Amino acid sequence: MVHDPAAWSPTSLDEAYELLAERGSEATIIAGGTDLMVALNSRSLDAGEFIDIWRLDELRGVSDEGETVRIGSLTTYTQLIKSPLIQQNLPSLVESSRTIGAIQIQNRGTLGGNIVNASPAGDSLPVLAAFDAELEIGSVRGVRRVEFNRFYTGYRKTVMKPDEILLAVRSRKLKPNERSFFLKVGARRAQAISKIVMAVNVSTTGAVINSINIALGSVAPTVMRAVETESLLTNENLDPTNIERARRTISQEIAPITDVRSTEHYRRTVAGNALAKILHRLM
Amino acid sequence: MKITFQINGVEREIDSPPMKRLLDVLREDLRLTGTKEGCGEGECGACSVIVDGEVINSCLAPICQMQGANLLTAEGLSRDGRLDPLQQAFLECGAAQCGICTPGMLISARSLLDANPRPTRDEIKEAIAGNLCRCTGYIKIIDAIEFAAGARR
Repeated sequence: MVHDPAAWSPTSLDEAYELLAERGSEATIIAGGTDLMVALNSRSLDAGEFIDIWRLDELRGVSDEGETVRIGSLTTYTQLIKSPLIQQNLPSLVESSRTIGAIQIQNRGTLGGNIVNASPAGDSLPVLAAFDAELEIGSVRGVRRVEFNRFYTGYRKTVMKPDEILLAVRSRKLKPNERSFFLKVGARRAQAISKIVMAVNVSTTGAVINSINIALGSVAPTVMRAVETESLLTNENLDPTNIERARRTISQEIAPITDVRSTEHYRRTVAGNALAKILHRLM
Repeated sequence: MKITFQINGVEREIDSPPMKRLLDVLREDLRLTGTKEGCGEGECGACSVIVDGEVINSCLAPICQMQGANLLTAEGLSRDGRLDPLQQAFLECGAAQCGICTPGMLISARSLLDANPRPTRDEIKEAIAGNLCRCTGYIKIIDAIEFAAGARR
């Protein structure tokens, strides 16, 4: 390293707030480092200052709040995978965490890091979008709540201000008549960045779909909800004709590009197939 | 920044730039060159070490995050000149060819057996999914981990 970046390692949230108020415009927050250190090592990230939040234990852990589950932003994928509360109430978040990197990454990477890093390929993001999660963001100015589905404003852009830090994610629990699905397509099972990633939450009564939330990653500048396909399926029968219509609609509704991992055509085709596969599993 | 941690059972204090990679501190400052650098981006697992009971990529961890941590590297596997059963098994099964992935494989396997002393073959594959080997085709590595688990019975 030609020049050594500076770093502060606050040991309390208040100390972190003060640092962010003072240096937030120049400094980058680092949590588990599984994305930032790659960028720093390859010099694609030119950052001179870091605020290392790894010592903020108050941002770790999962808690049951009755109607909702609260997940601290520093909670690692391994902690999510092992949490009975998450296994029971947000099963698709466990599935997505298992597909992120391999054990070395799951032990260090954090849910908050995945969110704030704002990659359109973040594997946990479609799950949070499908659950209509909410984010808790803090600064010296106070704590505010933002709907996850309004958090991203464009490619790698979020509503966060330079002095703010993500504190937690809050999500409702899976309902008794609801199922959650997670599907990722990558070059191999471990270590792959997704070509497409999809999360679906669906409630049914008999063969009728009462409500359906469909979220996708790697097919647009940000994680997205397929609202057109959702409204096409809501209050409709789960039958081959409707599944076929949904397959065609979603492949048109998304906005993928061709890049190093895949092509636009492949992503449109596979998004349709992935949704059809999930809907067939419900029949 | 002054950082204190325990490594292979020994307390160490170092003074280092805070964002220096744990991998570089191990190899350059502490001369523990058993930990290898492969890709430098968290894909290959050659730099795997155990931190507070969990295997991580040391190329992705800045040293400022190691304050108070308990580290185990490949050098810490043998005790009093006696090889870890995994090291013995790798020798007996011919699980190393060029050798660059071996320290990371041993560390991931150690982490697995500490949590799960009798893993299935699929659990072994899952545990080393973050460790690439371009020589062996993995079969002998998986055999060796299975053998070591059996030897502990």
